[in-house]
Amino acid sequence: MAADAVLIANRGEIACRIAATCRRMGLPTVAVFSEADAAAMHVAAADRAEPIGPAHPRHSYLSIPALIEAARRSGARMVHPGYGFLSENAEFAAACAGAGLVFIGPSPEAIRAMGGKAAAKAVARRAGVAAVPGYEGEDQSEGRLLAEAEAIGFPVLIKAVAGGGGRGMRAVAEAAGFPAALAAARREAGAFGDERVLVEKLVPRARHIEVQILADGHGTVLHLGERDCTLQRRNQKLVEESPAPGVDPALRAELGRRAAALARAVGYVGAGTVEFVAEAGATPQADGIWFIEMNTRLQVEHPVTEMVTGLDLVEWQIRVARGERLPWTQAEIRLEGHAVEARLCAEDPARGFLPSPGRLAELILPGAAPGLRVDAGVRQGDTLTPFYDPMIAKVIAHAPTRAEALAKLAAALEGCTARGVALNAAFLAAALRSPAMRAAEMDTHFLERARAGLLAGDAAA
Amino acid sequence: MAEVKIAAEIAASVWQIQARPGDTLAEGDTVLLLESMKMEIPVTAPRAGRLAAILVAEGEAVEEGQTVALLEA
Repeated sequence: MAADAVLIANRGEIACRIAATCRRMGLPTVAVFSEADAAAMHVAAADRAEPIGPAHPRHSYLSIPALIEAARRSGARMVHPGYGFLSENAEFAAACAGAGLVFIGPSPEAIRAMGGKAAAKAVARRAGVAAVPGYEGEDQSEGRLLAEAEAIGFPVLIKAVAGGGGRGMRAVAEAAGFPAALAAARREAGAFGDERVLVEKLVPRARHIEVQILADGHGTVLHLGERDCTLQRRNQKLVEESPAPGVDPALRAELGRRAAALARAVGYVGAGTVEFVAEAGATPQADGIWFIEMNTRLQVEHPVTEMVTGLDLVEWQIRVARGERLPWTQAEIRLEGHAVEARLCAEDPARGFLPSPGRLAELILPGAAPGLRVDAGVRQGDTLTPFYDPMIAKVIAHAPTRAEALAKLAAALEGCTARGVALNAAFLAAALRSPAMRAAEMDTHFLERARAGLLAGDAAA
Repeated sequence: MAEVKIAAEIAASVWQIQARPGDTLAEGDTVLLLESMKMEIPVTAPRAGRLAAILVAEGEAVEEGQTVALLEA
């Protein structure tokens, strides 16, 4: 296999999406697959494929030895970790380097510095970036954590230091509920191999705003504007857009400055995302926005940034990993129009967003069209197993204005159907058409609060 | 005293067993946690009773509708 082959250490839509850019760049690709994924779409999307073990991710997609061995067998020279799985695992990045492979991502040191939520907040404070008030100490006794929660003031959030994707996180309204919430957060934290938690102030009505950064190994750090990811369920994003409603050029520059300062503080190289919590409202204010964490990898929602900047983030991850320079100044990064993404998932909003594994007897997705992008990870006839996440595809619409992009995406979602599993398409379309969303008066609990009304077709939801 | 079957809502793997046979449970108490598609799904007692048996082990795969525990209620 050619010396510039890229091993894609992931599955599903992101593995397919990375393979597409590699193909465009003339780079051969190597897929990896578990026993459950031998016939998966991402295997067909690559030039060759290597088996990496049993279906459970712990024994395959999370197995560093299996992935390094697959790279060795295939002769791949670069490794793209995608998102999730080992993408933010410093040991994996180090193991790649140790095996003579180029890890497409930041250094193990940068991942360590930013990977833990507690360490990242300390970096932010040192870099002069406002972080959410909280306790990130080593004393993990229940008594100390509760005392710190009382000092911060309820409501608070308990978060697993190593957590992600909304797991290991619990909101606590008052002291009485603290012990049970702590136990639940710790139990989930154990799944990340680290039971430590932090406690931080909960912003009761919040928006989630994040900044995409891109840095090379020659000292250039650029920000590519912000994304709003406020529409969530179970603390997991379902709809993302760029630009964020109500963020004017001055606030964009300020958030970009904060994000770039953090990236510089840890010598960051590659694509990364700096996440902030903002007080809800149609026009966010700089002093009501706090750093929460940095994701040292590509995000699920990166396509909205790609559509407004015209850049291919995977391409630039690869170029930067090869040592190339970013060829732009900050002023040359322009945002055109508005992009909105929805995550089409096999789940049932009417049953509390219960996931829905099963065989996709039928799957109809929108066709790609100007300003409409579909990043799919499964096809009709495929089986969605309980082992992996329920995402079927991301549908992204781009239009001159936010209102047009919302309408375009809603229309595209209304044309999606699946048989064999539950699908959240109609629910997402209703959310995009809701008055609250159109007025940008959403907060992170909007979907859960408005769920029943959205399902019933209640226009006032 | 009737025997009540407690079933898995969806295909999943058994993540964590939280109750023991012989335990007295109130309606809604968690018997075990399933994991499916990266989500934690509690299986709870449909009514008050005494847990008679757990029929699955941690790490085991279960099908939708499969009986995972028995309750004497």
